[in-house]
Amino acid sequence: MKVSLKKVNKSFQKGKDDTLKVLNDIDFNIEEGEFVSLAGPSGCGKSTILKLIAGLDSPTSGEVLVNGNKVKGPGTDRVVVFQEGGLFPWMTVFENVTYGLLRKKMSKKEAEEKAMDGLRMVHLINFRESYPHELSGGMKQRVAIARALVMDPDVLLMDEPFAALDEQTRLVLHRELQKIWQETGKTILFITHNIREALTLSDRVLLMSTRPGAVKKEFTVQAARPRDPSDSNIVDLERRVMEELEEEMEKVLKEEFGNDYHLEKSHVRSSDHSDMGSHI
Amino acid sequence: MFVAVIIAIWEVISKLGIFPTFMFPPLIIPSVPGGVTVFKTLIGGIFSGQILAATGVTLSRLLIGFFIAVVLGLTFGFLIARYKWVDDTLGFFVTALQSIPSIVWFPLAIVWFGLGNTAILFIVAIGATWTMTVNSSAGFKNVPDIYINAARTLGSSGSHLLKTVILPASVPHIISGLRVAWAFAWRAIMAGELLGAAGGLGYLLDLGRSTQAMDLVLSIMIVIGVIGTIIDNQVFLRMERSVARKWGLRT
Repeated sequence: MKVSLKKVNKSFQKGKDDTLKVLNDIDFNIEEGEFVSLAGPSGCGKSTILKLIAGLDSPTSGEVLVNGNKVKGPGTDRVVVFQEGGLFPWMTVFENVTYGLLRKKMSKKEAEEKAMDGLRMVHLINFRESYPHELSGGMKQRVAIARALVMDPDVLLMDEPFAALDEQTRLVLHRELQKIWQETGKTILFITHNIREALTLSDRVLLMSTRPGAVKKEFTVQAARPRDPSDSNIVDLERRVMEELEEEMEKVLKEEFGNDYHLEKSHVRSSDHSDMGSHI
Repeated sequence: MFVAVIIAIWEVISKLGIFPTFMFPPLIIPSVPGGVTVFKTLIGGIFSGQILAATGVTLSRLLIGFFIAVVLGLTFGFLIARYKWVDDTLGFFVTALQSIPSIVWFPLAIVWFGLGNTAILFIVAIGATWTMTVNSSAGFKNVPDIYINAARTLGSSGSHLLKTVILPASVPHIISGLRVAWAFAWRAIMAGELLGAAGGLGYLLDLGRSTQAMDLVLSIMIVIGVIGTIIDNQVFLRMERSVARKWGLRT
């Protein structure tokens, strides 16, 4: 087992005597070389789980184990690819990619060679002297992936890395990420709110429920790689996941709109009926 | 062109003879043959070394005071951004201190350090420190978490994190802080030197006043204006532009 969460709970202090429970008894494992997605509506705590594994935050109770060792803080064995904006804007692409390598106390030459390999893998070798703002969203995320991969982490953590990209770019990056995963054999935990994205990429999708966040259901995706989102297996699974999610969405909407949500629903229906009657 | 019009208007007023020449001296063309002009005094002052030496004295005081202010401002700013209790105590106090014009410190400085270099340095430093503190703490506080988190997962921590992420990420704020602090330092040093300290442009201004030599006073004003413009253009604007270019911000 590469990553293992045991009865993990997380609460945030909201006010003086008010705590908000974001994670409730999270229990799951990720095997070596496995591609697992955490999917769920916003606010379900999926990014919090990633932060706990990355060591950027600590659980209120329970244990987070990576390689059998308890996570005590950030470490280069677990590198994160963040949502757009995680690159350092004051550094060139090349400097961004070598940042972590040079910190590893490796020789400059070795770091530069590794960085070049990394950039070659994401096809950005010609943009090494550019600054992040000169790149498109998709290119930035490719740099972020290269920056993480050159560190040769045991686990690659991806926090909604493609959420801000347009559909076209995202599909290209899905293909590239699958290829990179197959070539490197990395263990990947991928966070997303996009169900199709999760199903296209992963071996296993953990669907989360919200408030407090908990793993609601687990789906194993058995479809040939490279995956095609229109694969019948995936389409079928997507329908099943959506059914599961509907319940959750209602919960979220109710919380966001309060009682208005229900009122409006019934109001719309009743007015529909009266309209039908009056026009006959 | 605009400057030429201003000069022309000045010359005309000066030639009309409404005011005595010592109060309103001509800039370039003397009113009587061989009479004083600001231009002549300026050139003469520069060549005789009088203005040059005074400029040197003022600039060296300014740079030392400014340097102290920047170091203190960055340190205080960092502490305020880093520790909540420093923000609650010093942070609040700094806001109050910032509203005190630095020249107000002068009487205290004279009593503490005597009328001399130290007193001047003190008010220059204190005039620029608070605004530098406010700007740099804002810069440090506004470093996006995502940069810090990214750096930490890439193995950075402690002083390495400070040097490679927190400082560079705050650079836009720090530069605007430097610019304002520099302006404050100028005001402080002029006020200080005018009120009394040997050497320096402010002292020369006071000399001009007491000998009723407005040509000297105006020459010095020109010198100050020119230095200010050069520093602003060559140092601060350049810094801002280079940051803007790197970060892709608009100037």
